[in-house]
Amino acid sequence: MSDKLFRIFLFIAACLIPIICGGIIYALVTDAYESFEHFGFLNFIFSSEWDYTEGNEQYGALPFIVGTMMTTFLALLFCIPFSLPVALFVGEYFKGTPVAAILSTVTDLLAGIPSIIYGLWGFFTLRPIIMALDISPEGSSILTASMVLSIMIIPYAASLSAEFIKMVPADLKEGAYSLGATRFEVIRKIVFPVAGSGIFSSYILAIGRALGETMTVTMLIGNTNQIPDGITATGNSMASIIANQFGEADGLKLSSLIAIGLILFLITAVINMIGKIMIKRARIS
Amino acid sequence: MKKINQFLTVMFVAVATLMSCGGNNNGKREAQSLSGAGATFPLPFYNAVFEQYSSVSGDEVAYGGIGSGGGVRNLKDKIVDFAGSDAFLSDKEMSTMDSVIHIPTCMGAVVLAYNLDNVSNLNLTGELIADIYSGEITMWNDKRIVEINPDAKLPSEKIVPVFRSDGSGTTFVFTDYLTKVSEKWASKYGCGKSVNFPVGQAAKGNPGVAGVINQTKNSIGYVGSEYAFAQKIAYANIQNACGEFVVPTSESISAAASGEIPADTRTSITNSNAKGAYPISTFTWILLYKNQNYSDRTKEQATATLELVKYILSDKAQKMTSAVHYAPLPAKAIELSLKNLKTITYDNEPVLK
Repeated sequence: MSDKLFRIFLFIAACLIPIICGGIIYALVTDAYESFEHFGFLNFIFSSEWDYTEGNEQYGALPFIVGTMMTTFLALLFCIPFSLPVALFVGEYFKGTPVAAILSTVTDLLAGIPSIIYGLWGFFTLRPIIMALDISPEGSSILTASMVLSIMIIPYAASLSAEFIKMVPADLKEGAYSLGATRFEVIRKIVFPVAGSGIFSSYILAIGRALGETMTVTMLIGNTNQIPDGITATGNSMASIIANQFGEADGLKLSSLIAIGLILFLITAVINMIGKIMIKRARIS
Repeated sequence: MKKINQFLTVMFVAVATLMSCGGNNNGKREAQSLSGAGATFPLPFYNAVFEQYSSVSGDEVAYGGIGSGGGVRNLKDKIVDFAGSDAFLSDKEMSTMDSVIHIPTCMGAVVLAYNLDNVSNLNLTGELIADIYSGEITMWNDKRIVEINPDAKLPSEKIVPVFRSDGSGTTFVFTDYLTKVSEKWASKYGCGKSVNFPVGQAAKGNPGVAGVINQTKNSIGYVGSEYAFAQKIAYANIQNACGEFVVPTSESISAAASGEIPADTRTSITNSNAKGAYPISTFTWILLYKNQNYSDRTKEQATATLELVKYILSDKAQKMTSAVHYAPLPAKAIELSLKNLKTITYDNEPVLK
């Protein structure tokens, strides 16, 4: 009897998640429909006009898509030189030592810090440095946001990469050593090719995390609704325009914000899916 | 142990005091619980007044600062007793709703805060502000700024304008003013709760804008007076319609409403032509339905709502405005509002005698 009950309970729990997910998609699509209908789907994505003027409202998502993409890929770029060494340190060079345990714990700790705290740090510490170095007079810029974002995604990229590096079979490495390869050669010729797709997928997941980051980006990006004309210019991201404008929005504007939410949802879903597929491949090989 | 005991005693006394505030409604009618929602701008003032009103009348008042737009939506849905709004309803909006009465409750302003080394007194005109925010004036030592600030040591640095990233009544009042003083601004950017500023950077809320200004040398930004006064930020004197450079204070903000006011008080008082008036001033309103019998509201609830509004207009409540960094209403606005209050009915009978 209790076995049956447990099965029913499991079944309900398992059904609930897809239902919630479907409900979110349904709500996003129905609420975004007005905007897509008004501007046209492609036109909405590729228009860079974002004009609130009553009677002549024009909403296009391009500045925010560009802003999100720029911050995300810059963050990825900045994150690689930090996360890859950490992964190699923990997964290969000092595998299993107390130093590695400490380092990986500290890196994982970074993932637990609330994003508002990264935002505050960026605002009060990094932003004045950017201004003092005369990189941008505003201080807030795509660059500033990306730099803080890169620190936020290091733990996601590093700990997963380290796992894949640890999984590289010892006999392969020992074989290479016995042929006289140096440590660096082993990493280049054995570890990277074997763990490569796994490492790649861990960066894909880090991107997924960076795409949706809201609070930190809002505090540092400058929130201007134009396509940024360089990495030191101010801009805006998809998540942050929604967070900023949602409160007082209604009608077409509300629908456009939800449409941006839908696009962000789709981009994140696709990127996560690519990451999942790559992980699966990495495990099989 | 002793400390814990002391703490408990203090807590007990505090709770007891709070509870005793509830009961004394003079036996006239049952204590009501009222709910309102809307503008965040007057929130600190409302919190203070509503608390005091509760201790006088026994009625409980809950007010949610969800933004003016949200407040009006709630009133439209008839789920609140009153709405708070920084902007009065347009004729078009009025026509889609049952008859609504506007009651101004207090006044505030938008100040231009700046961060300039060695400049303690800055004069600006509306034209200049419009040109700075549209990117036509980019340097602090621009000829036109220097002209009206002969004594200030203005640096040869780029101006960094700061604006609000979220939709806000503060932006509405600020751009309403710019629309009045600059035709170029009116035709290109217009006025609204969110406006497409072509230059500068944006931050969320008054604290966000003030924070960016505080951190960024050579920046300028607009901030609600209630926030700027409380934080003691440096702000500019603005030239009003009479040509005087006016410091925003409780007095100069109140002066902005000393001119002509229409009977229904639905008017923008930015760029007021009154003497000594600070030009970027505004009313904030409470909106009520003229017919109070809706959504199963009782007559007692209607009476309590109107008594609350009447209390806000009283001398005692108006005196509190300056303490929480707002400005009191001028006598004429109060007089008009009391008259308007008397036209509110429940089943065709006036609620207040």
